[in-house]
Amino acid sequence: MNWELILKYLPRLAEGAWLTLELVGIAVVVGLLIAIPLGLARTSRHWYVQAVPYSYIFFFRGTPLLLQLFLVYYGLAQFDAVRQGPLWPYLRDPYWCALIAMTMHTSAYIAEIIRGAIQAVPTGEVEAARALGMSRRQTIWHVVLPRAARIGLPAYSNEVILMLKASSLASTVTLLELTGMARTIIARTYMPVEIFFAAGLFYLVMTFVLVQVFRLLERWLRVDMLQGR
Amino acid sequence: MNFDLYGFGPALLAGTWMTIQLALTSLVVGLMLGLLGALAKTSPYRVLRWLGDAYSTLVRGVPELLWVLLIFYGTVGAVRALGEMIGQPDLELSPFAAGVLALGLCFGSYATEVFRGALLSIPRGQREAGLALGLSRKRIFTQLVLPQMWRVALPGLGNLFMILMKDTALVSVIGLNEVMRQAQIAVTASKQPFTFFMVAAVIYLTLTVFSMLALHWFEKRANRGFGRSRA
Repeated sequence: MNWELILKYLPRLAEGAWLTLELVGIAVVVGLLIAIPLGLARTSRHWYVQAVPYSYIFFFRGTPLLLQLFLVYYGLAQFDAVRQGPLWPYLRDPYWCALIAMTMHTSAYIAEIIRGAIQAVPTGEVEAARALGMSRRQTIWHVVLPRAARIGLPAYSNEVILMLKASSLASTVTLLELTGMARTIIARTYMPVEIFFAAGLFYLVMTFVLVQVFRLLERWLRVDMLQGR
Repeated sequence: MNFDLYGFGPALLAGTWMTIQLALTSLVVGLMLGLLGALAKTSPYRVLRWLGDAYSTLVRGVPELLWVLLIFYGTVGAVRALGEMIGQPDLELSPFAAGVLALGLCFGSYATEVFRGALLSIPRGQREAGLALGLSRKRIFTQLVLPQMWRVALPGLGNLFMILMKDTALVSVIGLNEVMRQAQIAVTASKQPFTFFMVAAVIYLTLTVFSMLALHWFEKRANRGFGRSRA
């Protein structure tokens, strides 16, 4: 193992790791915002409200992220309307394409987490809120969502860590995030074992830190206090 | 849209078959690794427990794509050295073998947890009963514990298989001609990226639906005689 080489390229890898965190951070936050209405719609009693989020979730959970990424990055260019459209400067930039694909992908998974969490809110609590004279909107906003947030948080933290790993796919559309940076360095040094090893360590450390952050968040939201029913 | 796929239909079909082979071979490797991992994690020996923990933590903390790349590019030197030892200097890992190793490794690390949960769900009394009846430890495991574990582990393993199926797309990065790569080849020739990636998406969705049906059948079979618990 050539430690000097690893040390020499550590700053470049850290640069890549930073881009990884940026991509994942934006994707899971924006994904969550998109997922809340999707998840709410999935719990609807009406089939026509369920249909659209169901197809969206079915597509994004049933196909590989790599494919979705290629559909956005290479696929959209097939249409002249897109190429002449106002969004083209964004849609030909790998950074934006990776963000769009990752956000849509993760929002489908988060929507399912939210649906599960909403359905796990005890019916009695919803009925109690309604009996106290809260409107449907108030019930959702003050009772169902805060409760579901705590029920769904552990699953959401899993999803964030899965996205951290999935973000390595952005390297296939030439983005220099952690994996992309590692591959670039390897192309120059021909030292795959050392550099991939170092990149792997970066991922492990990031995973570890994220797990601790979510543990703190769970404590702050008192998730464990609400589990005993 | 052109529905004869510009003559790339057979290539995509061959790619689909390759994807299925890759997924099933990785599944077998992953199941074995997962079982070994679970046994190590629940073993009375501290070294084995430590090894099992290290396996599931390390492998799950690193992206699947990185494992694919690491196993394909990182083992070139080692495999060549091994080849020279056994007198075949051109020995190298094929993309298929590297893909199976990487995906099996990742599947196994998650399956370790699923199997461990299933192992722990079998009451201790049953093992003791087996011992009291004079069964050997091996027979207790293969004929008493294993068949019951299967039923408990199946839903978890099914989820993992769905993930594995989609992760097979990663092996296209090291040049295996599965669906994703066949689609890319077709795109290069036809300049119709959206069409061909959409066709690939439909293939993956079909595979997912079929594996869901298969899983449902397996679960129904494994649960013969058990009432399904309703929460």
